[in-house]
Amino acid sequence: MIYKSRKIAFAFIFPAVFFVLVFLYIPFFLNIFNSFFEIKGLAAKPGEFLGLSNYITLFKDPLIKTALYNSLLMMVLTIVFQVGIALILAILVDAIKKGANFFRTVFFFPIIISATAIGLMFNLFYAFNGGMLNQILGAFGLDPVLWLSKETALTMIIIPVVWQYIGFYFVILLTGLNNIPTDVYESAAIDGATGFKRVFYITLPLLSNVIKVCVILSITGSLKVFDLPWIIAPNGAPNGITHFTGTYMYYATFREGNVDYGSTIALMIVVLGIVFSQIVNKFLKQKEY
Amino acid sequence: MKQKTTKSISMFFIYSILILWAITTIFPFIWVFVNSFKTSSEILNNSFSLPASPTFQNYINAFEKQNIFRAYMNSFLIAGSTMFFVLFFGSLASYALTRFNFKLKPLVSMLFLGSLMFPIFATIIPVFKLILGLNLINTHLGVILIQIAGNISFAIIVMMGFMSSLPLELEESAFLEGCNTFQIYYKIILPISRPVLSSVAIFTFLWSYNDLFTQIIILRQKESYTISALLNEISSQFGIDFGLMASAVVLVIIPVLIVYMFLQKNIIKGLTAGAVKG
Repeated sequence: MIYKSRKIAFAFIFPAVFFVLVFLYIPFFLNIFNSFFEIKGLAAKPGEFLGLSNYITLFKDPLIKTALYNSLLMMVLTIVFQVGIALILAILVDAIKKGANFFRTVFFFPIIISATAIGLMFNLFYAFNGGMLNQILGAFGLDPVLWLSKETALTMIIIPVVWQYIGFYFVILLTGLNNIPTDVYESAAIDGATGFKRVFYITLPLLSNVIKVCVILSITGSLKVFDLPWIIAPNGAPNGITHFTGTYMYYATFREGNVDYGSTIALMIVVLGIVFSQIVNKFLKQKEY
Repeated sequence: MKQKTTKSISMFFIYSILILWAITTIFPFIWVFVNSFKTSSEILNNSFSLPASPTFQNYINAFEKQNIFRAYMNSFLIAGSTMFFVLFFGSLASYALTRFNFKLKPLVSMLFLGSLMFPIFATIIPVFKLILGLNLINTHLGVILIQIAGNISFAIIVMMGFMSSLPLELEESAFLEGCNTFQIYYKIILPISRPVLSSVAIFTFLWSYNDLFTQIIILRQKESYTISALLNEISSQFGIDFGLMASAVVLVIIPVLIVYMFLQKNIIKGLTAGAVKG
């Protein structure tokens, strides 16, 4: 009776639809279109038709190989360490009676800090002259290390990315653990399942859906990473070896002005995100209990 | 008796691990905070002790060399407006989508859900051209428009989950008393949706405040810099001035820390709300 007028419904929905269409859908399809044309500069209109040449470049470009490799490495490491450490912490916090809220508050804190600030902070740790890490080495009488060198830079960028978001997955997993009914544990205890057995035979299977959500989130998250790598190693320093898909797309488009190629990289990021989350969906579905 | 001792031993290990991780999480921030009260040369030589003679010089430098206040104002203005419009347009849309029935409804819902698939990279080049064409480069509005679009779908999905579970009785009696649809939205729906509105408000605000990517693409003049963009600038210009860097980091963290102390429960709930729903 109240909710009959179609006009009112459209008026209420219109602003949101407008934003989604104008700033997401139309640009998304324009971006695909752009990747087939030559675009000379950010303000320029699409020019000559290039066909698939940008896509061919994509397969030949050594920097994109580096960026892809780095992003995939980041993906694997975030799944293993972010979700892994978060899972361990969540199971531990679930087992204690006092202080759970304190740990939740502390572990979650880095997430709300901008990656820009975290990046600057880690720059202070990594600095060659008088950085925190080299001071620690100095205290043990060791020589200072160039932390952002060719060999170690990638690891040094991935560490803060993983570190910052552990608390996020921790909270999701902890909520999942709290949702497991206690009588499941009680009957398991009667059957003699305690400690590690309980974790492997009861907790993990019952948590598998939440873990799946975490894995998908960390996959899409690692493809989106931009701020931290950009602050710690701008332009893929040194020599472009620390580019990730996101930073390389920004670099190609806004630093080199190769707009059509940037569009192609952007599309690749979308496709990768979809492909990888589908793989995880399939892979983890078979393991459901 | 024996069981009790094994239990307390395992509790000891559990707490040790948790406390160790808590230190790993918090220590970097404390280190930066303590060092922000030292001169750069003291940080270089001894960053692990308390400041020999605490100084505010880094903060004075930060405020003198950089227009920190203006950057804060820019950040709050952008994040505040983004938050307001996401809440307003988002709640209107989710209210209509959970109450009205019309043919296009499934399509509209799909539209919002599907838009979560696009990372900012996939849309930013055409959006940049659009903003350029509208003459909105270096303006707050340019960033706000992009960020509204970037948050509204997620906000609608979270809000719809809440609103669809609200009972219709209140709305019906308000209708019988002569309220029109907008009045019902304003007087009934918004007040009872406070919990979900606060979650959405929090994640939208923080996301906007921390979103360096959109900010450095649209804001290219110092006058329009947000606090994150300014920080990016400081790091490339004064990267060797450790004291200044430390104080700049602290200045960015402080407002967020204050908000977190008061609203931590809501913030944690807000930022994980959508994720848990899957």
